[in-house]
Amino acid sequence: MHPFALSRPTDISAAIAAHARDAHLAFIAGGTDLIGLMKDGVTLPERLLDINRLPDLAQIEALPDGGLRIGALARMSEVAADPHVRSRFPVIVESLLFAASGQLRNMATIGGNIMQRTRCPYFRDEDNLPCNKRRPGSGCSARFGLNRNHAIFGWSDDCVATHPSDLAVALAALDANVLVRGPGGKRSIPFTEFHLLPGNTPERDNVLERGDLMVAIEVPQRIEGRASHYLKLRDRQSYEFALVSTAAAVVADRRRIGSARIALGGVANKPWRLTAAESALRGVSLDDTDALMTAIAASFTEARPLAHNAFKIELAQRVALRALETAGARA
Amino acid sequence: MIKPYAEQAQSDVRMDVSMTVNGSLRTLRAEPRMTLLDALRDELALTGPKKSCDRGECGACTVHIEGRRVLSCMTLAAMHDGQGITTIEGLECDGQLHPVQEMFIEHDGFQCGFCTSGQIMSAVAMIEEAKEGWPSAATPDVTEPFTMSDLSKAEIRERMSGNLCRCSCYPNIVAAVAQVAGRR
Repeated sequence: MHPFALSRPTDISAAIAAHARDAHLAFIAGGTDLIGLMKDGVTLPERLLDINRLPDLAQIEALPDGGLRIGALARMSEVAADPHVRSRFPVIVESLLFAASGQLRNMATIGGNIMQRTRCPYFRDEDNLPCNKRRPGSGCSARFGLNRNHAIFGWSDDCVATHPSDLAVALAALDANVLVRGPGGKRSIPFTEFHLLPGNTPERDNVLERGDLMVAIEVPQRIEGRASHYLKLRDRQSYEFALVSTAAAVVADRRRIGSARIALGGVANKPWRLTAAESALRGVSLDDTDALMTAIAASFTEARPLAHNAFKIELAQRVALRALETAGARA
Repeated sequence: MIKPYAEQAQSDVRMDVSMTVNGSLRTLRAEPRMTLLDALRDELALTGPKKSCDRGECGACTVHIEGRRVLSCMTLAAMHDGQGITTIEGLECDGQLHPVQEMFIEHDGFQCGFCTSGQIMSAVAMIEEAKEGWPSAATPDVTEPFTMSDLSKAEIRERMSGNLCRCSCYPNIVAAVAQVAGRR
């Protein structure tokens, strides 16, 4: 790795102020993504600020109203083992357990998981091939290159990458909020507005500005929470990123859907909510597979495949259907 | 392009790091960019943890920090000042092998041996995770409590998936872990 300096403050205001005034400083928490990016020369911060010693950022709280507050420094494995998270929101637990490995889940934090950068091989290439996310203006090697793993929704000619987080897909489906503390104080960002589509600024993954520190995720009470499921398809059965994944949560009365929440992973540069499908699913029976499939298809009219990933359009609809049916069996 | 540690000419950014390694307090002066793996191997001469992929993909560098299994190649030594580290060298006790080590011998759980220290360190901590009731991706219903009687071979395979064995000794590794965990 390149040389850099490291600080380990215990004061959150000092950490935020340091990040706000120093464009060459990066926060480090679990380090499992950032250290890989530094080893590959993708990002070369001059100073790292270790946020692990900042107080009160690692708690997992079950809120009295049925929601959750998960500190940004909570480790993936701790959240996945938490009894409240398991009983209230199985989709969150499953999204965490289907990601990474046992060792990485003990290291990686919730905040870092959501902030992790794309696994597009051109972005991470050691030979520094053209990539607008890595070097704005250099071009997109994947647009007409090998793009089997890339986006079918929301991409631009400047970037066709997908977001790799499984947890983010679950949090998008549940309409969680990202709590951020910055130089101007605290604010709450709706999860579906946190990540950005590439447009012509693919170097920006999310809406955070310099000096912003994610402090927690809040998941509001959801009647659908208990009847939720995360389904992930990948090229190998364990320890692999998604080809396509779905987080689904449903509330049903005598098998008829009252409301459904569905988000897809592996198909866009952010978790992709199936808003049109969610509307179309209202009133449909969980036992009527054809009607479920027709409702899900309502969200795929805007899908745009690349040269090598047209298979994702059918695969994603089937994955969404099966996730919905499994969630429905818990309703 | 990137200079080795010794040739770095810029201002001294090295940090004092004290860790309790295998029960002994060890102090070193580390550059921030030194990974925990490099500190253990190159500074403390503990070559049990292996540097294989150096990217968090293979598990050969697995050690325990405060009892939890982690990848020492993907974290910085200076971030662990004041913490307790265990490597494979610290597993045996008064000349007595750890039960996981014994069962790897019993079941012939290795061929070339390069992944073995990582496999064993991972398995030791994984069994503790299971005892604490942690579910895995192989657990049918994560809303139900998990007990050791649920630790099937499919569970063991899933929980050990962060440790690759290019000799593909997996059946014997799983058998060794299963026997220690009380599963046959």
